[in-house]
Amino acid sequence: MEKMIAQKNILVNEEGYLTNFAQWDKEVGEEIAKENNISLTPKHWEVINYIQDEFKKDSPLSIRKIGKSGVVDIKEFYALFPVGPLKTATKIAGVPKPASCI
Amino acid sequence: MMIILSKASLENVYAAFVLANGARMEGIEAEMFFTFFGLEALHNKKLEHLHVATVGNPAMHLPTMIGGLPGMEALATTMMKKEMEKLDMPGVREFLDILKASGVRLWACKLAMEMFHYTKEDMYEDLDGVLTVGDFYKQGSGIGTHMLFI
Repeated sequence: MEKMIAQKNILVNEEGYLTNFAQWDKEVGEEIAKENNISLTPKHWEVINYIQDEFKKDSPLSIRKIGKSGVVDIKEFYALFPVGPLKTATKIAGVPKPASCI
Repeated sequence: MMIILSKASLENVYAAFVLANGARMEGIEAEMFFTFFGLEALHNKKLEHLHVATVGNPAMHLPTMIGGLPGMEALATTMMKKEMEKLDMPGVREFLDILKASGVRLWACKLAMEMFHYTKEDMYEDLDGVLTVGDFYKQGSGIGTHMLFI
């Protein structure tokens, strides 16, 4: 389905995840962050960039992997995205929700 | 989500850890209460040496007599750990670190600690405390709290 995000018609799934990463830009990310009550700091952007890089490499994401990324540790990750960090961060980054149990 | 872990066979420990971590990943609060043999998953000298149960577990598809042979548990455990590593599953100590970093609170049962003659110093260093059953119920008295016994 289509959703108006940052004055653009964006394709999203029923949970609000972008289905076409090519439609993502920074304004889209910022607006999704706002919907999730997060105001993005440079540290948030570092994490978002990391997530997007991993997505482009087709490499699956998990909490453990984020903790070993060298970008943030797990505690910081939860501090940046307090409610469901991996779910929220991937939604802001415009990539699919990770199908990870750990 | 309050998860009570009363066993320390590897499969039960991982089930409890995955559920606690999964709750946090969904934005749900999670606490764990370790009682009876579950305490082994917190015991510094034992937590890295937990085993899969090969006897009394029909789903292993191993005849009980064979499962009871010396070395069978160790063999099954090594095989399971290899499979888990492929799935990027952390070891028990690293998993405890992940749970703590994710905001899971870890409690040990006072009665079981006394029964096994364990002290707080024997246990994983980031343990939040040792509780009586009454303290634990108080801890879980919030509206919407679910309890899970493993």
